[in-house]
Amino acid sequence: MSAQQPLVQVRNLKMYFPIYRGVLRRQVGEVKAVDDVSFDIFKGETLGLVGESGCGKSSAGRAILRLYDVTDGQIILEGTDIAAMHGKELRQLRPEMQMIFQDPQASLNPRMTVASIIAEPLDEHRKLDKRARMERVFELMDAVGLNRDFANRFPHEFSGGQRQRIGIARALALNPKFIVCDEPIAALDVSIQAQVVNLLEDLQERMGLTYLFISHDLSMVRHLATRVAVMYLGRIVELASRDQLYEDPRHPYTEALLSAVPEPDPSLESTRERIILQGDVPSPSNPPKGCNFCTRCPKVMDICTQETPPFKKLEDGRYAACHLL
Amino acid sequence: MTDTAIDIKPQRSQWADVWDQFKTHPGAVLGMIFFVTICLLVLFGPLLWHFSPHDMMIRDRNQGPSWVHPLGTDQLGHDAFAQILAGGRVSLLVGVTAMGISIFLGTFIGVLAGYFKRLDGLLMRLTDLFLALPLLPLLLVIIMLFRDTLRMAFGPETGIFILIVFVIGITSWMQTARIVRGDVLALKEQEFVLAARSIGTPPHRMILRHVLPNVMSPIMVSATLGIANAIITESALSFLGLGFPSDFPTWGKLLQIATERMTLNPAQVMWPGLAISLTVLSVNYMGDGLRDALDPRIRGR
Repeated sequence: MSAQQPLVQVRNLKMYFPIYRGVLRRQVGEVKAVDDVSFDIFKGETLGLVGESGCGKSSAGRAILRLYDVTDGQIILEGTDIAAMHGKELRQLRPEMQMIFQDPQASLNPRMTVASIIAEPLDEHRKLDKRARMERVFELMDAVGLNRDFANRFPHEFSGGQRQRIGIARALALNPKFIVCDEPIAALDVSIQAQVVNLLEDLQERMGLTYLFISHDLSMVRHLATRVAVMYLGRIVELASRDQLYEDPRHPYTEALLSAVPEPDPSLESTRERIILQGDVPSPSNPPKGCNFCTRCPKVMDICTQETPPFKKLEDGRYAACHLL
Repeated sequence: MTDTAIDIKPQRSQWADVWDQFKTHPGAVLGMIFFVTICLLVLFGPLLWHFSPHDMMIRDRNQGPSWVHPLGTDQLGHDAFAQILAGGRVSLLVGVTAMGISIFLGTFIGVLAGYFKRLDGLLMRLTDLFLALPLLPLLLVIIMLFRDTLRMAFGPETGIFILIVFVIGITSWMQTARIVRGDVLALKEQEFVLAARSIGTPPHRMILRHVLPNVMSPIMVSATLGIANAIITESALSFLGLGFPSDFPTWGKLLQIATERMTLNPAQVMWPGLAISLTVLSVNYMGDGLRDALDPRIRGR
């Protein structure tokens, strides 16, 4: 594992959104959507990023692609730190990294044809003549399994799965190395989810893509990911290889999260013990002192409410942030 | 990968689709036919009609409709039909040009305020300021102040035309700006705008490619209402006696002159009023159809 080269290195990434109140619009606080997060994404792997709603998964994904101006930290893409880049420099690196969005309806401009949607990245970054541009669009449509006759249609004429394919084709147009998949299957039918996931796997194999796969669907992440990071309230609580994490979760939050996955075998399902967490997720604008999870942790200790546990490497190669470990 | 032939089908032009959809809207087609008829009449009518708007037939004044004067004559014996034709030229030109100015200003300010957060406060307070001004008194003051200078520079008719169009334009963009800003704000949060950002589309192309086409509908509605509004404002100004010179007919002017003698000759009030109402109505219907036709989601049905 150590022989693998990291494609993206995230170091102490912080993404705070300011809150303004009152007549004078003074800043009264901030939402700590992503709070001091560090991890590596290796070439050719799929890093799954899981967590419940509002834990900062999507914000982290978007911050890494520099769709937001990050508050602090480094994002190193192949040796260059893009966290503080602006304007032209950043624009030139855009082709390296692309995004697939959650809502295939909202992520396509309703007034553009499929061909012009897929060709938008080409128009922005490649100088192609009309014919070469069209050929590339058809090539991409073939690659994601869309009929070429659809090129002049509008997004509203397609089903959810087809729309997601259009979105994938757009993300692939510039031959990116790194793709952030922001819950790409959450808005799709279960039968279509499998198709899209298989397509993503197939494309990864053919084009050597690296994915950051954001999802709250634990079983889908288990199917797809090489390594999995679990987020809670803006922080990563545990990061391990897929098998380690699913078979032997170490962090109390991961344990609770995985205990919620239903078991298909009825005899095993009846013995499954669910860990039910008490209370609600604290507000990210006012996280608890110490460990973020201390308000709901079934194994809470005194130190948890005092000190923030460091995100450290354990002996079996995984990372976790807990005083117990 | 199975189909080997690269078949680049001839792209069906988007405007052909728009036209096909437009044709299915009966109100829009009627409105267009009517509007085109009015435009043609107003453009070529004065050349063909056997009376000039300045012909005074003092013996035939205040007549009702007849074969010689289909719409009758006014108190000075002008042929009403010739006057309506000549007046329509100015009224329509004022309507369309003033609408153009106000839509351009409104869209420009609305898009800037909605898209660039830093400009939002400033531009919206400016809009509020303009909305708070009492328009008619303001128009009167501006016209009083600048009328003579402009008349001197461009001649009496062109000068007053420029002044009126400009004044109506800069006092009627605020509603458009507000509507456009609201729509742009909502649009900016859509994922396809984020997708374009992740591609690295620069702001000006983002506005032209993603924002403007999606705020077309409210702009379209504003535009059609704007023509109506401009014609009516011009009428109001003429009605107050601050529009074009007295021997220069416009629909508003005709209305003003006729109301003074409404009890004597009510028909002369009706014709210019009818012309204004029908033009406004036809433009509104046309805008309605055009808005539907420009939306691919509706067009598909």
